[in-house]
Formats: sequence, structure tokens, C-alpha cells
Amino acid sequence: MTRFLVPLAVFIVMVAFLAVGLGLNPREVPSPLINKPAPAFVLPQLHQPDKTFSQEDMKGKVWLLNVWASWCVSCREEHPVLMDLAKSNAVPIYGLNYKDKPEDALAWLRQFGNPYTLSIIDRDGRVGIDYGVYGVPETFVIDKQGAIRYKQIGPVTPAALKDKILPLVKELQS
Amino acid sequence: MKLLALVAALLFACAAAAQNAVPTAADPMTNKRAVQLGEKLRCLVCQNQSIEESNAELAVDLRRQIREMIAEGRSDANIIDFMVQRYGDFVLYQPPFKAATLLLWLGPGVLFASGLGVLIYNLRRRRAQRDEQPLTATQQKQAERLLAAGSEQPRR
Repeated sequence: MTRFLVPLAVFIVMVAFLAVGLGLNPREVPSPLINKPAPAFVLPQLHQPDKTFSQEDMKGKVWLLNVWASWCVSCREEHPVLMDLAKSNAVPIYGLNYKDKPEDALAWLRQFGNPYTLSIIDRDGRVGIDYGVYGVPETFVIDKQGAIRYKQIGPVTPAALKDKILPLVKELQS
Repeated sequence: MKLLALVAALLFACAAAAQNAVPTAADPMTNKRAVQLGEKLRCLVCQNQSIEESNAELAVDLRRQIREMIAEGRSDANIIDFMVQRYGDFVLYQPPFKAATLLLWLGPGVLFASGLGVLIYNLRRRRAQRDEQPLTATQQKQAERLLAAGSEQPRR
């Protein structure tokens, strides 16, 4: 009897491992920055380049930092979701305009609408490196203490917003 | 002659393009270190290429970052730490040995050892079977009868 049971057990364990492996997305690399302070930056604002913005300015507030670019195709996909979120006033969205030409970025916002309280310019992607950005768009949820609590890799989908981001924001705001 | 000129021009164009692809540092030592470091780090955009091989924008930026940090006099370990802090252990082609990677490091050894164990167990068992008691006289006769009966089967 064990003659058949042992290979069967091994087979079942293997299937279980492979099934889990199939469900994982190798593109989603867990960020080591979760629950760590958001990396510091001081960057010029997209609409007013003479003014700067820093993550320090947001201490005491829960906010989203959305990494976007006019050249990024998936950003268009998530754009309506961000517009709706901005309209609902649930949480302020700040944009990190990543490796983009400011004039292209401004034209993009004029064309599609601007969900951001403000955007900052990361022209050569250095702040992007500090935040471990590797696939635009990416969205960080940052708490009142200035710690990163969640990172969405790829576009913010309505499902991700409803199931993960908004409940987390609500919890952090209370 | 025209053909030769064309070939020369094409070769030159290739060489020029190759120089564009990898931002090189002026100092050959810096360059060598940067290449060695870049080969140890995985590009997160095209995950099966190292930062040194990849032409993704991020890899280009990270190569620049590595060269700048070398120029600042940072150690190799310091630069690797910088990358791990931002992108996690995933950037390392050689992951560190820790609780989460225990299975990764020891798995093949454990698998090999258990395979060897099963093999040895089976070989021993087979030897034990071979060394079994010989048949008794009646058993021997029965076996002979059965074999004889088998060979008398009509052939098709």
C-alpha cells in the first residue's frame, strides 16, 4: 500500500507547490521599504518649478505618492481611477513625475485631467531609485509618521483601491 | 573599394553604438569594479538580465549610480547594501543565507541526501531478498511443475 501512497503524497506536495508558484507574479518584487520611513527628497514642483516639495511637508497626514510619466502606457489605464479617487477627497494624491519632460507631463495632465494635489519632477530618476521604483506606475501609501505602509506595483485598479488601499488609508487616518 | 568603405563605416557605426550602450568611467579600475558589481545585480525590469547586460532605462540609471558611488569612494559592500535597501534581496543574483532562503540554499542538498537514502535503503532490501532461504523440496517441485505447465501452452 505504501508503495503507492508515498509517490502519491510526493506528487500531491509537488502539485501544491507548483499551483502556488503559478499564482505568484514574479514581476511583483516585495518592497523592502514597507514600514520604513519614506526616503527623503526635496524636488521642484511641476506646475511651479521655483517651489519645492518634500516628504517632510506631509508629516501628520496620510497620503499617496503616485509615480507616473507621460510616456507610461499603464499610467493612462490607472488615470481614471485616480481621477475618481481625487474627486472623492478620500486621500490626497501627490505625483512623482518620473524621468519625464516637464512640458510633456504638463501637456499630459491638460489632456487627461490632473488628479494630483501637486506633482514633483524627478527628471533623472534618482528619487525613483531611492523609492525602489522599477515599473511605472507605482503607488505608495504613506502614513502620518512618514512611513511607507503599502506599495502598489503597476496600475491602481478599482479592485486594489477598494480592497487594499482605501481600507488601509481609513485605518491609518483614524 | 566602395564596399570596403561601406564595411568600414558599418563597423565604425557598431563600435560607436557599443560605446553608447555602456556608460564607461574614465578610470579603468572604476570601470572594472562597476562591471563586476553590475554583473552581481539583477535588473528588475528584465529579470533575467544583470544590470550590466540590460538596456532597460532603469539598468542604465543604476549603472550610472554604481559608477557615481564608486567615484565617491564607497566600498562594494556599501554599494550592494544601497541596492538591497531599495530593491530587496531580489536584486542579488546570489541571495544571502538566512531563514527565508534556507530552503533555497539547503533544498538541493536535502533532496540529494534523501534520494541517496532511498537508493541505499532499496539496495539493502534487494540484497536481503536475494539472501532469502532457498526453496524447500516441495516448493521446488511445485515451481518446476508450474514452469513445465507454462511451456506446454500451445503457441499461437
